Amino acid sequence: MSVITLQRKNLETDMSHETSPAQPAKAAPAPVTMAADSAAIAIHDKAINERAAKNRQLISAFFQWLLPPLFGLMLFTAIWALISYQSEGLPGPIPTWHAAVTLFSDPFYNNGPNDMGIGWNILNSLERVGLGFGMAAILGIPLGFIIGRFAFASRMAAPIIGMLRPVSPLAWLPIGLLVFKAADPAAIWVIFISAIWPMIINTAVGVSKVPEDYMNVARVLKLSEWKIATRILFPFVLPYMMTGVRLSIGVAWLVIVAAEMLTGGVGIGFWVWDEWNNLNVEHIIIAIFVVGIVGLLLEQMLIMIARRFSYE
Amino acid sequence: MEKIIQGKYVQLENVNMTFVTRKGTFEALRGIDLNIREGEFISVIGHSGCGKSTVLNLIAGLLQPTSGLLFCAGREIAGPGPDRAVVFQNHSLLPWLTCHENVYLAVERVFGKNENKTQLRARTKAALELVGLGHAADKRPNEISGGMKQRVGIARALAMEPKVLLLDEPFGALDALTRAHLQDELMSIMAKSGCTAVMVTHDVDEAVLLSDRIVMMTNGPAATIGEILPVALPRPRKRLELAENAEYNHLRSEVLKFLYERHAKKAA
Repeated sequence: MSVITLQRKNLETDMSHETSPAQPAKAAPAPVTMAADSAAIAIHDKAINERAAKNRQLISAFFQWLLPPLFGLMLFTAIWALISYQSEGLPGPIPTWHAAVTLFSDPFYNNGPNDMGIGWNILNSLERVGLGFGMAAILGIPLGFIIGRFAFASRMAAPIIGMLRPVSPLAWLPIGLLVFKAADPAAIWVIFISAIWPMIINTAVGVSKVPEDYMNVARVLKLSEWKIATRILFPFVLPYMMTGVRLSIGVAWLVIVAAEMLTGGVGIGFWVWDEWNNLNVEHIIIAIFVVGIVGLLLEQMLIMIARRFSYE
Repeated sequence: MEKIIQGKYVQLENVNMTFVTRKGTFEALRGIDLNIREGEFISVIGHSGCGKSTVLNLIAGLLQPTSGLLFCAGREIAGPGPDRAVVFQNHSLLPWLTCHENVYLAVERVFGKNENKTQLRARTKAALELVGLGHAADKRPNEISGGMKQRVGIARALAMEPKVLLLDEPFGALDALTRAHLQDELMSIMAKSGCTAVMVTHDVDEAVLLSDRIVMMTNGPAATIGEILPVALPRPRKRLELAENAEYNHLRSEVLKFLYERHAKKAA
């Protein structure tokens, strides 16, 4: 193919060589070349203009994308500054910024369990969330599949899920402390029990929404239950499942601060409480930002994963 | 396998179908008797809601009759199976699989026990080429047109080498030109494969053009077969030639008279 096109190109250039000298009268070769030159320059200019226009478009699109959130943040900071100016205890954006710079200049120092860097606190909280959420996913997603696939299981689970789901996550903490006799597993337990519901429910909803048509295909082909699960249910349910996972991670990260405030240990939640006891309000504000930004990153990461797996 | 009595390849004997719904029972079909010869092309036509799709789903085994018997190739129909392939109304391709993978899923299920992967792939390729879609094998269903999707659906059904091909308003969702084109293709494919086919349709021209016999259903509830019209037009049939054929136009008006004079649907 490429050889043929190449040959054709050669042929075309050969032909243009043959025709171009024949065209103009021999008397005036100079003006022709000049005209050709200016035409070439014009084409060149046009290309530059087009590229410039394209760049301008890109730049304006970038600013349109960037400016609104930037204005939002600026407005937020301004209001914060105004309020802190009126209030006695609340530090403004500038002192908070300075505190953050010192704090993040050494995030991984370790002066014993009650005085560790912010990095350690974040990592410890993430570890608890990861463990609790991971166990919830391992149990919740298959449960969701079973509940969605079999009407009997669904009706069996409905009253339990309906009753336990609205319970405030922290209400589970004493049970955890009682059973595990330690603070850390109790915190993980709270994450587990609050993160499991969205995954069960969304997975089950996804399975129950598999179109009748797809199931009819499976029935006509007499596919095995394994093939049905891997070729039809799983790909269809995946987007629903990812929604559940995203909600779960959100809940888990929401609950960890509260759980750690009660259980203590190293973690962002306990750190907030500790800094409150030290009356270090700048650090509390920094913690709020850190919790928010980490939550946002987790969410964005999962959205990216979900998009990767979407078949549409 | 026992010898099949000539003229009774697919057999429906006094089939009744009553659905139990939340509002009570609904008698969809009453006393359906139908014998289909091997290699025959049957159309089932009727107004919407007359239970023609129910007849198809019963033969497919996707529904079980309330009473009555259904046979295919001398065996009672106990459930769905790949010997009765269905071309669904809305193609029902799995959107996360490519065209090739969609057809392969069926081929693997039917022939996977006796053939290796190369043979299975060759079958899949042949089926897609039969419907003129060899070039679109690696495309996903959402990347191709409605007509192409329906062709993949037909390829999937044909690749299973079914005893009976069941088509549920296969071209209902397509524009007129695409529909005509696919009808012509289906005719030539059926001529090649010699497969028995039952097609549900509400398109009179489609029924006359494709069928050996047209089963005309009365209106529901308790719908039944009103009349069976044999179509003795010689094959291969050409759409343009038939347009001026007296016999074709006579058959066409027979079906129209049945649908709009004797069994006119009351305005809803």
